[in-house]
Amino acid sequence: MTTTQLGQSQEAVTLADSTSTSRRSRDVGFLILLWTSLLLAIATLAALLINTLVTGATTLSWEFVTWFPSPFPEDSGIQSALFGSLWVTLTSGVVSLVVALGTAIYLEEFTNPNSRLQRFITTNIQTLAGVPSIVYGILGLAFVVRGPLGWGFTVGAAAATLTMMVLPLMIVATREALKAVPPSLREGSYALGATRWQTVYRQVLPAARAGIATGSILGVSRAMGESAPLILLGALAYVSYNPSGFDSDFTVLPLLIFKWSTEVQEEYRTLAAAAIIVLLLLLFALNLLAIIIRDRSRVKW
Amino acid sequence: MSQTVAAREVSLRPSGHIRRQRRIERGVVALLIMIASSGVIITSGIVISLVQPTWEFFTERAISGYGTEDEFVGLDESAETGVRDSSALEFADESQIQFEEPVSLGEFFGSTEWYPQYGDGDFGVWPLLVGTFLIMLTASIVAVPAGIGIAFFLNQYAKERTRRIMKPVLELLAGVPTVVFGYFALFFVGPNIAAKIWPFSDVGIYSGLAAGITVGLMILPMMATLADDAMAAVPNSLVEGAFALGATKREVCTGVILPAGLSGIMAAIIIALSRAIGETTIVLLAAGSQAVWTFDLGREMQTMASYIGFAGIGDQPVDSKGYQTIFAVGLLLFIVTFALNVLSRRVVARFREVYE
Repeated sequence: MTTTQLGQSQEAVTLADSTSTSRRSRDVGFLILLWTSLLLAIATLAALLINTLVTGATTLSWEFVTWFPSPFPEDSGIQSALFGSLWVTLTSGVVSLVVALGTAIYLEEFTNPNSRLQRFITTNIQTLAGVPSIVYGILGLAFVVRGPLGWGFTVGAAAATLTMMVLPLMIVATREALKAVPPSLREGSYALGATRWQTVYRQVLPAARAGIATGSILGVSRAMGESAPLILLGALAYVSYNPSGFDSDFTVLPLLIFKWSTEVQEEYRTLAAAAIIVLLLLLFALNLLAIIIRDRSRVKW
Repeated sequence: MSQTVAAREVSLRPSGHIRRQRRIERGVVALLIMIASSGVIITSGIVISLVQPTWEFFTERAISGYGTEDEFVGLDESAETGVRDSSALEFADESQIQFEEPVSLGEFFGSTEWYPQYGDGDFGVWPLLVGTFLIMLTASIVAVPAGIGIAFFLNQYAKERTRRIMKPVLELLAGVPTVVFGYFALFFVGPNIAAKIWPFSDVGIYSGLAAGITVGLMILPMMATLADDAMAAVPNSLVEGAFALGATKREVCTGVILPAGLSGIMAAIIIALSRAIGETTIVLLAAGSQAVWTFDLGREMQTMASYIGFAGIGDQPVDSKGYQTIFAVGLLLFIVTFALNVLSRRVVARFREVYE
């Protein structure tokens, strides 16, 4: 009995000793490691932005934005890619928002959280969210570009493919937005005699508006930056005209950046950097919009 | 008297207005069910679009050309339009058709030669598997420790001001398109980092190392955010109890938060790795276009995903074995990422410590 007590007190003495020296230095070492990992993220972002700006800023001009891609680097611009990105992104944004909203409303407002159906659909959406984007390219290739639909490499085919790709993301975002609406709002509506759909349409959706908007903006920016499935879908040619409809040929900014990055000549590298600056500016603007919407409509329930 | 009772009974029946409401309600539900099933349709579409051509790849012969050995005529034209036999057979007699034999599973999984586009083609998928593994490994060496470190920092050390700076940095980094990372890998990470830190061989313009590092940087914000979420789920009472016993912040991080949040952190790692495996554009730009059977990260290599993108750019006839590899490799990639995602959910469910 006494011996064990003695042993414990000796241990306590060694612990107290280590507090002053090795324990403290290990604390400091740990903090340095944490700062290193933090700096890695900051340095990556800084290096990426600075490297791109230094390479591309001199090429960036009004001509660059308004001219069309061309086989000659000095005459190249990005107008058709800008319009292509606009067409594809807006189309897939609107379509995926409608589908995601419908799915989210059905799951959140019309089914029991523990029902087998809801678990099945939820698991399925989680699975889809984990599918690599290039596999959506294969899906688009097999069903939309060739196969049953046979649309070819058109605005419509690309928009359909990107819609399927961002859909899981959008569903998760819109579900979160609906979940954030407090149940008391719904119950109040039911108590006044409203049906489920009336409650959703007149109470829940307006209350979740901001969350839905920010979620869909993030989905849209994902679609705007995506390149992998489109690389697979079709030609990486320089398209020198703007899209005229859903059945029109097109290119988008990420594809043009990819194409320019693979060219051997040095000039194309600066073109790619300049196009990256434009793409990043667009994406930052979208994200800023999402943040503004989020801050403006912050409601405390 | 009796008349009012009757009137009341009549009024108990739903009015026209309410019946119309119910019709709307039923219509809305039907419409929503249709929309909600789209996810299931997409999943089935993915499986069908992968499995069917893969089945052909392993079981059916593909027509590779018409004519005799001496006057070989390529099939590009007719393959492009999907016309497979009838018109072409009129001028080529049966014996002159050249076939590509189906690729056996033994060759696919047993060979280390991957040259699907040359001549008869070699279809051993191992170079792609090794490339995928090596790049995933490099990415995880970059992203996993740093991601957990950032999460520790945000969770325990960061003051409000640091948090307000770090969160947007991570969000911005997470929002950078992969093609931009690809450019960064090819023109910055390759020459400035990969070429300088690799001691074993000369690093070329295209290297698995540059691609792997950059993929790691790409998944870093996701890794950090998911690990931060997992750590935030550790109950405060545990953390405060440890502090009350005299633990330092480091000891709380490694002794309390890490083990208590381990299931979530493991799940975060698995999800991040699955993103790394599926990454196409960065690897396609930075790691070159040859599937080399090598373990040297300084050389060119291809992953499953980047091969699919590469084959998509190429102009192989649609019915050829070389083209069908897109789907066979795609199915393999799908299975691997799917298994990882199931695993991450299992890890969370299985090893979650439940606290009151």
